[in-house]
Amino acid sequence: MNARLPLKTSGLAVAGLLAAGSPSAQAQTELTMYYPVAVGGALTEVIDGLVADFEAEHPDIAVDAIYAGNYDDTRVRAMSAVEAGDAPQLSVMFSIDLYELIDQDVIVPFDDLIETDEEREWLDGFYPALMENGRLDGQTYGIPFQRSTIVFYWNKDAFAAAGLDPDTPPETWEEMAEMAAAVREASGGEQWGVMVPSTGYPYWMFQAFAFQNGHRLMSDDGTEVYFDDPAAIEALEYWVSLAAEHDAMPSGTIEWGTLRQNFIEQSTAMMWHSTGNLTAVRGEAGFDFGVAMLPMNTQPGSPTGGGNFYLFKGASEDEQRAAMTFIRWMTAPERAATWSMETGYMGVSPAAYETEALRDYVEAFPPAAVARDQLEHATAELATYQGGRVRRVLDNAVQAALTGQMSPEEALAQAQAEADAALRRYARSR
Amino acid sequence: MVIQSADRRMQVYGALLLLPAAVLLGTFAYLPTVATLINSLFLPGFRGAPPEFVGLENYALLIEDRTFWKVARNNLIYALGTIPTSIALALGMALFVNARLPGRGLVRMAYFTPTILPMIAAANIWMFFYAPQIGLFNSLLGSIGISGPNWLGDPGVALTSVIVMTVWKEAGFFMIFYLAALQSIPPELEEAATLEGTSRWSFFWRVTFPLLMPTTLFVLINALINAVRVVDHLFILTKGGPNNATNLLLYYVYENAFSFFDRTYAATITVVILLVLAVVATIKFRVLDPRTHYQ
Amino acid sequence: MTTPTAAAATTPTRRRVRLPRLETTAAWLLAIIWIFPLLYAFWAAFHPPAFMVRFDLFAPLTLDNFTDAWEQAPFARYYVNTFLLVTGIVAAQFVVCTLAGFAFARFPLPGKDILFMLVLIQLFVFPEVLIVENYRIASALGLVDTITGIGLPYVASAFGIFLLRQTFKTIPRELEDAARVEGCGWMAILLKVYVPLARPTYLAYGLVSISHHWNNFLWPLVVTNSVESRPLTVGLGIFSAPETGVNWATVSAATLLSIAPLLVAFLLFQRQFVQSFLRAGIR
Repeated sequence: MNARLPLKTSGLAVAGLLAAGSPSAQAQTELTMYYPVAVGGALTEVIDGLVADFEAEHPDIAVDAIYAGNYDDTRVRAMSAVEAGDAPQLSVMFSIDLYELIDQDVIVPFDDLIETDEEREWLDGFYPALMENGRLDGQTYGIPFQRSTIVFYWNKDAFAAAGLDPDTPPETWEEMAEMAAAVREASGGEQWGVMVPSTGYPYWMFQAFAFQNGHRLMSDDGTEVYFDDPAAIEALEYWVSLAAEHDAMPSGTIEWGTLRQNFIEQSTAMMWHSTGNLTAVRGEAGFDFGVAMLPMNTQPGSPTGGGNFYLFKGASEDEQRAAMTFIRWMTAPERAATWSMETGYMGVSPAAYETEALRDYVEAFPPAAVARDQLEHATAELATYQGGRVRRVLDNAVQAALTGQMSPEEALAQAQAEADAALRRYARSR
Repeated sequence: MVIQSADRRMQVYGALLLLPAAVLLGTFAYLPTVATLINSLFLPGFRGAPPEFVGLENYALLIEDRTFWKVARNNLIYALGTIPTSIALALGMALFVNARLPGRGLVRMAYFTPTILPMIAAANIWMFFYAPQIGLFNSLLGSIGISGPNWLGDPGVALTSVIVMTVWKEAGFFMIFYLAALQSIPPELEEAATLEGTSRWSFFWRVTFPLLMPTTLFVLINALINAVRVVDHLFILTKGGPNNATNLLLYYVYENAFSFFDRTYAATITVVILLVLAVVATIKFRVLDPRTHYQ
Repeated sequence: MTTPTAAAATTPTRRRVRLPRLETTAAWLLAIIWIFPLLYAFWAAFHPPAFMVRFDLFAPLTLDNFTDAWEQAPFARYYVNTFLLVTGIVAAQFVVCTLAGFAFARFPLPGKDILFMLVLIQLFVFPEVLIVENYRIASALGLVDTITGIGLPYVASAFGIFLLRQTFKTIPRELEDAARVEGCGWMAILLKVYVPLARPTYLAYGLVSISHHWNNFLWPLVVTNSVESRPLTVGLGIFSAPETGVNWATVSAATLLSIAPLLVAFLLFQRQFVQSFLRAGIR
């Protein structure tokens, strides 16, 4: 009778083994990769399509692309696969996961695999701003793939209705606050002026405000953060004032996930969001809209964001070569162009914008170039050791200030103290 | 002698019958419990370094961790918010559907259906209700000229919103137990009471409610466990935000272990949860079981 | 265990108190409030996204949301996984809990009461609370990202052992003796006498277990990585993660897709479900 237990469960085990992706008996090289989707639209289909095209061109390589949720989920999943001894060969993950991936000792630099001049050229072909989050100690660990900046979306119809010039977006903080208040007033309280999301990735939005105020939130080596600097406090005060003083933004937090829907439903006239939403907005908006760079205070700018390709440890040489082939294929100008048009994410290299397809697309739809143009003013996204916890304390500070639980100064001072403690705990065990 | 060896054989046989369950319980209940206690005494090893023994340092950190206290307080409020409300509603529902009521079957089904939905699905649905501006609640409120609150985005309201959804999900489940208990109360009691002219209200408080006490306690224990165990909806509704306003203990464990890669601190928080459950278990076995019949 | 009351739950012959009109109204009002979220999800799933918050009786009906959801995530695979998971768990639970319940009910074991208390502790220390360590153990056993890994921690269910022990104890010894006279061994006695007579308990426990594991989320979320092992709840959770800038209508459709089998089963076998929950819950 006892012998029946293993039998009973072995039925499950078979399914499990299949799931584990057993090494193939054929000459084909099998790759597993996890990837996230953080913005709207049916992006999983786009990835599946690209993978199918790749496999058709490279019959000797099979790629199992696993959609794993948002960026955080994807990190959790990939790390858990590594821990279970079933590491993927490559993955698309948050560009800022770099420190933690190095910390957990699971990735290898691309430099180890670069042999030919052609490959060296490929590595140097991306926008330098997009490489910032992927490099550490002179080595390149992350290849830009689904990369974004925050851009400014505005509803031209709403601007016109409020007596504003529909084709002129605000260029400064002051103008944005005024225009947002004007829209709010003209709509008789029916429509909000502006929404900046404060769930999901509040630290990212805050980083944009801080950078526009001339301040960077972390050191280059990821071991220190500067949250309680006066420039950071001022930035948060401005964000809070949009709701508290100007009555141009709803109070409380604004949901990252439903914000696009809010814009589409015209419940806000302006929003800050990832450029990765562009194609979805274009498809769904029943009104005329524009896209611009974010407004500035002392300087324009936005942090970059999004996902990079990483190579994982433990793959065989064949698998590593195959992974390189795949990554090079996926980031080649034509694919980068397709990907950009399908999603709104930016083409990751200048060459992508020189392809005929993307050139024509940008010409017909100028908003598609905004994220690229903004790269000139971009800064690296917030990345430190203990990144998960550090970002969370900053998220909490932003939310505490926006919801009126604390003043921006108090909130950021507390975040600084908590981030310092987390980094100390980490430094201790190092 | 023969009897003794027969007895011994029975013992061996019985032990063998228990073996699979014992192995599984050992692996997935006792071993992890002990491991949790041990790991709470270590610092996680970063960059491949071995974990370092630090004694009670993690507990010291816990005591100073404002977020932990906030989360613990949230969990207490969550329990106090969900349990009495769902129990009262469950009792009310049971009384309704136990009486003669047109469409009784339909009503009972309506009450019970949320119980069989996954928490994730329920949270998805309620997400649409709670969304500010364009969500259903605020659209309805807006149509009568009230600008509704930011249900999940305002730290003063968010936990209540989560509680309301939980009550909706749980009440029907508890109703079932009350319904069963009500039907074991002899109808003669009420007939006699009616003849004596006792009002329904006082009959309920003086007869029905005391008779339902064992059920109430049973439901209470279940509700207490659920208040600790079920955090699925947070993954959809709030992720513990804003600013930890809706974070609960088990979700905080998940965050520490899987988002922050700090497994030993997660173990330390788990120890707290285990202590809470130990208290609940003690209440159950010491206080309640004399009344319930194990036969 | 007071199972007889369970049967009374739906006995129509009882004389019932008639509710005053006010209370009837209240009962119905509450029922409408309670079922409304589900009805709303139906509305949203069968209408174009634009009608999510705009009620219009004549809004066009559509199945597009369902096709969208079906195309955007491998729901077919999720169904298979959940089905394998639930049947696997219930089958394994039946075996393991029957053996243990039988041992506790009929065999003289040294320190039996203490052993039983140890088992009952699992009613409180369940796999979800121990996610961190259980994950480590599953990882060491090579069970991460397998359906076995999702199910195994739940197989030795204290609740199941308890229920079956109680049921077995109520079965008269005479039946067992009669079987023994016919030359049956312990296994034959268990299978021919005890198990058949405990059928209502199996049904009850099985239904409760099915609905619990169909709906379970946290542990499966932690222990699965890929589409090949992800059950419906986790698939739905990932699908509707608010980060993806969800299209509500599609998410409603996906939500309905994942609850449909259990919901339909519930509506068809409402009586059995309710009685099972009763039977399983009352001691």
